[in-house]
Amino acid sequence: MSDVLEVALRLLAVLAAFLVLPLLVGQAEHKAMAHMQGRLGPMYAGGFHGWAQLIADGVKFAQKEDIVPAGADRRVFQLAPAVALLPYLVVLIVLPVGPNGFVGQVVDAGLFFVLAVMGVGVLGSLMAGWASANKFSLLGGLRTAAQLMAYELPMLLAAASVAMAAGTLSLPLIVEEFEWWWLPWQAVGGLVFFTAGLAELQRPPFDMPVADSEIIFGAYTEYTGLRFALFLLAEYAGIVVLCLLTTVLFLGGWHGPWSDSLGWLWTLLKGTALAFVVIWLRTSYPRLREDQLQRFAWTVLIPLALAQIALTGVVRVVAQ
Amino acid sequence: MSDDAPRSEPSGTASGRRLPGRGLAKGLAVTLRTMTRRSVTDQYPDALPELPPRSRGVIGLFEENCTVCMLCARECPDWCIYIDSHKETVPATTPGGRERSRNVLDRFAIDFALCMYCGICIEVCPFDALFWSPEFEYAEEDILDLTHERDRLREWMWTVPVPPALDPAGEEPKEVAAARKAAERPDPPEQPGTEPGRPGGRGPRREGEA
Repeated sequence: MSDVLEVALRLLAVLAAFLVLPLLVGQAEHKAMAHMQGRLGPMYAGGFHGWAQLIADGVKFAQKEDIVPAGADRRVFQLAPAVALLPYLVVLIVLPVGPNGFVGQVVDAGLFFVLAVMGVGVLGSLMAGWASANKFSLLGGLRTAAQLMAYELPMLLAAASVAMAAGTLSLPLIVEEFEWWWLPWQAVGGLVFFTAGLAELQRPPFDMPVADSEIIFGAYTEYTGLRFALFLLAEYAGIVVLCLLTTVLFLGGWHGPWSDSLGWLWTLLKGTALAFVVIWLRTSYPRLREDQLQRFAWTVLIPLALAQIALTGVVRVVAQ
Repeated sequence: MSDDAPRSEPSGTASGRRLPGRGLAKGLAVTLRTMTRRSVTDQYPDALPELPPRSRGVIGLFEENCTVCMLCARECPDWCIYIDSHKETVPATTPGGRERSRNVLDRFAIDFALCMYCGICIEVCPFDALFWSPEFEYAEEDILDLTHERDRLREWMWTVPVPPALDPAGEEPKEVAAARKAAERPDPPEQPGTEPGRPGGRGPRREGEA
């Protein structure tokens, strides 16, 4: 009985984090981006510096009419937002936040599981693009597919480098194995992983699939109301997952002073810093063109990731 | 990101090639620096904007100065000024004198739904009866209410700011220059045909036939 209760509590905690953290990131983006552009951002909702802006947005989206275009593939069209959003919830369950079992569920091949499930999220965009019966959506969906092809590989290679270094695929064990000198050792891999992750989330400057100035909003063009909001939520949930995953793999997760009692705080702090970097990059850089995007993946990121794997292998062999 | 921007540095700098990624770091520095500064936003409904002294908000009518000469209505490019008037006769002031007629303003209205804020009416008024006021908060729910009648136009006059002081380094106003020249003239010629130095357009309200 207590087992069931414990599982239920853990899942509830993960669900709460899943619902709250993306909103926090979204609000941080509203404000940080505004101030980086010399603006104030939302100031009214909720009274104090617009803290309730995203709640207000959610209420607005919920009120809107849910439209399915006449020519659309109805079932697939309606299912796509869930396919885009749910993988991130599943990933969040296995991400270790603190030591001593501070994790929704320990999975032995956690790294493998996480990367496989995160890839499913992109399928939502593909389904949306294909089912919308709209040129812009289709273009956006195909660009998403091309981006997935190009950036999944460097991401996997960089993650493989960490797995080689730690000698395990389990996420908590990877963090356990972490030593401070992994930071310079895996730095290139970390950069590649983070950049490729950004590209998979279609965040600026890699937002060619949703480039609003040329293809409206890519695969999400035809969506309205709550389903549209779910796609947006998926983007921010993706940021949370990517930042936490990068923290766990490359920044040593809960390691830090007093990590026994405050480990979870370290993970969250590092993740928050990374989320800020995500917002910062979005504000600072213009969008990459489609060909630049592909060239960047195939001629820069993949060679870098391969070099990182070679370096990891050499150090592992020499160190033993 | 992957593209090398054409390097336009002045030739002869210390290092021929710059560090790769320098531009990227610079971009990040710019946004971060902007974030630490105070933002420039005026929170309008809460804080009123500081408008420059010659802002064109609304047109005020100083109807005491108006002689119904109709110049403004005729010069208006989109015909948004409506003027009605009638003539009254003023009895002779001296016994045996002639009766005079004068114009009396009945209606003066500006349709701000048509007005394009060109300011030609204000420029063209020879009697200084029209003025710019910086007030701008007169949106209406009904477009017909944007036609401001005489009373409302008169009310705007209270919001007209005093004209900004002349630039001390600027040129002397024409009227002053002309008056000074006349005063400094060495020998005043006693000729009956001399023009009485008329200050350009800024004369007192004249009564007389239209």
